[in-house]
Amino acid sequence: MLDNIQILVQAPVITLDLVLNGLLIGAIFALAAYGMALVWGVMNIINITQGEFVILGGYVAVVMGMYGLPPLLGVPVAAILLFVLGWALYHTVIFRIVDRDLFTSVLATFGISIVLQQLMNTVFGGDVQIADAGLGTVLLMDGLVALAEIKLLAFALAAVLGATLVVFLKRSRLGQAIRATAQNARAARVLGIDTDRVYAATYGLNAAICGACGALVAMAYTIHPYLGLPYTIRSFMIVVVAGLGNLAGVIIAGLGLGAAENVAGFVLGTQFQLAFVFLLLVVVLVWRNWRLARRREYLK
Amino acid sequence: MRAPYAKFAGYLAILLVGLAAPLLFSAYQSQMAELWLFIVFALTWDLVGGQMGYNSFGNVVFLGIGMYACAAVQVGLFYEVSTYNNARGGGATVFTFDLGQYLEGLAIGLPVGAVLAAIAAAILGGLVLGMRGHYFAICTLGLGIAAGQIANGWEWIGAGSGMVPPTPPAALGDLSRFYYFLAMALAIATFLVLRWLYTTRFRLAINAIRDNEDKAESMGLKTTRIKVMAWVIAAFFLGIAGGLLGNLKRFIDPIDTAFAGATFGVWMVLMAILGGKGTLWGPVIGAAVFQVVKETTWTYLLGWQRVALGLLIVVIVVFFPQGIMGYFRERFPARFGHRVEEAARPDRAEETTG
Amino acid sequence: MSTMLEVENVSKSFGGVRANRSISLKVEKGRIVGLIGPNGSGKTTLFSSIVGTHPIDKGTIRFQEQEISHLRVAEIARLGLIRTFQQTRIYGRMTCIENMLISTSQRGGSLVNLFQVHNPEREKQAEDLLAFVGLHAKRKLQAGSLSFGQQKLLEFAMALMNEPKMLMLDEPTAGINPTLINGVIDRLKQANKEFAVTLFVIEHNMNVIMNMAEHIYCLAHGELLAEGPPEQVRNDRRVIDAYLGAH
Ligand SMILES: Nc1ncnc2c1ncn2[C@@H]1O[C@H](COP(=O)(O)OP(=O)(O)OP(=O)(O)O)[C@@H](O)[C@H]1O
Ligand SMILES: [Mg+2]
Repeated sequence: MLDNIQILVQAPVITLDLVLNGLLIGAIFALAAYGMALVWGVMNIINITQGEFVILGGYVAVVMGMYGLPPLLGVPVAAILLFVLGWALYHTVIFRIVDRDLFTSVLATFGISIVLQQLMNTVFGGDVQIADAGLGTVLLMDGLVALAEIKLLAFALAAVLGATLVVFLKRSRLGQAIRATAQNARAARVLGIDTDRVYAATYGLNAAICGACGALVAMAYTIHPYLGLPYTIRSFMIVVVAGLGNLAGVIIAGLGLGAAENVAGFVLGTQFQLAFVFLLLVVVLVWRNWRLARRREYLK
Repeated sequence: MRAPYAKFAGYLAILLVGLAAPLLFSAYQSQMAELWLFIVFALTWDLVGGQMGYNSFGNVVFLGIGMYACAAVQVGLFYEVSTYNNARGGGATVFTFDLGQYLEGLAIGLPVGAVLAAIAAAILGGLVLGMRGHYFAICTLGLGIAAGQIANGWEWIGAGSGMVPPTPPAALGDLSRFYYFLAMALAIATFLVLRWLYTTRFRLAINAIRDNEDKAESMGLKTTRIKVMAWVIAAFFLGIAGGLLGNLKRFIDPIDTAFAGATFGVWMVLMAILGGKGTLWGPVIGAAVFQVVKETTWTYLLGWQRVALGLLIVVIVVFFPQGIMGYFRERFPARFGHRVEEAARPDRAEETTG
Repeated sequence: MSTMLEVENVSKSFGGVRANRSISLKVEKGRIVGLIGPNGSGKTTLFSSIVGTHPIDKGTIRFQEQEISHLRVAEIARLGLIRTFQQTRIYGRMTCIENMLISTSQRGGSLVNLFQVHNPEREKQAEDLLAFVGLHAKRKLQAGSLSFGQQKLLEFAMALMNEPKMLMLDEPTAGINPTLINGVIDRLKQANKEFAVTLFVIEHNMNVIMNMAEHIYCLAHGELLAEGPPEQVRNDRRVIDAYLGAH
């Protein structure tokens, strides 16, 4: 471990490589986290299924690649399919838990995520998979910094998707209804907004965002049926650090997490990278709570 | 009053059935031993999740700590733990434990596991129990997985290839009955301790935290300390259960046996909720129902087990959150002591104003 | 007569809302002091500031000469300063008697004390207090099943069970049946005399507060508007205007 830190200090260009690559995936983390914040803020639900939506979106791209279709097309297709899934889940399960306490939703969506994991495992098998988009690598600084083109593309697409989403929530009628419901569901209902439809749309929209993220992940990185939970945890962590409804915070925290994780993976060894993510969650929560405690508050 | 006798007879019947079961149905002995441990899982989960309202996904941390600590002590008293783990059956040295060594290892290993688990609960609890409800829940989810990942990379305890607790000396024969009775003793001890605990003011304090923590604080209860205490008690018993489970399974996988969030970790929650959160008997009943259903259907559900499990969680949480005991308490509140007792004492407020 | 509570220059704002501005007041030991003011004038906020629910922006709060503005909620309660809530807070899924039994004073209590089983003396005290507020028959019902008014009475009894030196009540008669209000006033006065509890009471019902308090503070728009004996405050032009202006 110390050796690895030494390498980083002696060859800053490796650090640069790690950080840049980390920032690239960080954009995807931020996008998924934005979806989680949306559902949390509007429906008061912490969606543990987040990560499974991501992985499922990834499998859409993988399957399209298998049938010789361009995996990039998987981004919109995954978004559409996942929207339908999210919408359907809302109308079967989620609508029953919208008004219940937060833990009910944590547990119920946790149950759904277990179901999805196993189904993906049964259908797609337990191997690590990728969707090959057939792009090359950009080499910088005499080849010491390598950035896969697909990662650059994924970063750009994530940014575009995020921006589109923000504009959509600001401008469109549905977006306005969503924001009104988030502020005060009862008042929105009095004003004639069908909050049930808003919730269904919100939950579906979040699933679609995750699906698109997943397709990008499958092309630029790898997917596996049981790798969903880390994405859930990352999203949650980012939202906790940034706070609900803080877009800039989500972006910064997402990018920061991506970079931190990549560097930590190098320093600790990749076998500890996941442990790092989960421990970081604990550290982040403890730190946030400690900060609040000094102001006579606590995380709630 | 006949009620105390009926109760006594009930306890006696359970005791006799528990003692006779491994002799009568020896084919199911290991499943029944597992059931006793599941009762410990559900009871200890409910102490924190049900009675106190702090739902934890991470109690497997204490199970795993107990399991590894016990096995490491069992081995470490007589051999170098890392060489033992590296040898893994093959290698030059043959690791044998004679009767005295085996029993000594167990007698020291189990309490050490329990104490280490309790210490871990005190430290972790001090850090994370200042958070409220769902933050705690997700934080413990992270803790459970992080613990598994760390064990998975830690060479000293065998890393990803796991650890084998000492092989019992051949003279002892099959030890599964021995472990059955130990598991049963642990379950009964846990039950009795909690039953006593729930008659003390401690239960009132943790119930108060569940119902309205802000109020509890504003009445002067130092809630974080109380919460940590509850978690420590749960961890202590889980630590022993872990030690037993490791020896019962004869193999410790870091992620599938020790820090098994995906199985034991989820099952704990499910059993407690199924039986009825916040009741003494609920977790016991939930564990029994769950184990019977699991054992009778699990083989037919091959490949779909986790689908069934996930669906079960969703259905119970959404449609049956009060659980079996909770259902009865709602139907027959008077039998659970919730009733109006008229004219027990004149009410002075009505006297003066009426 | 010594000072029980002394609030000096306390300010508290929530974002842009300045709920309390430089408020100073005093509560003498053994007195019943009232706090009035139109809706949203910052009364509840002041209570919360005193008992440590949130940090204050500025000022000092002393309880029995001790600075408490940096202490935590539980620590302040353990000094003998207890408040009740405007929106009642009780332990809904516990029985009334259990609500009472866990409300005993935690002053100097350690974790070990929680492992006691029975304490007949304490149980008798709990039953007596429940009878005192007229809830004795309901003692084995779940507190959450009580009506709002009954919950207010239960919360009052719980506060007395704590044997506080000073009790701060947030609208104790709100939601209480008018025929019972006099009973509640009697109980409050009795608690003040018999148990020697200093009372600091927020109240909207003018008759109640005039009848009970020996000294009244009036807040408006987060500022201290007037203070004095009941008749003087009642006839104060600014107080009347504040109330009329607010409605
Ligand atoms: N937690 C909070 N966050 C933001 N604003 C708050 C908060 N608590 C109170 N306020 C605001 O502070 C002001 C004072 O509120 P407060 O509850 O203290 O009034 P009050 O005098 O108790 O009124 P009432 O008689 O209606 O109970 C109000 O404008 C209120 O909206
Ligand atoms: Mg108020």
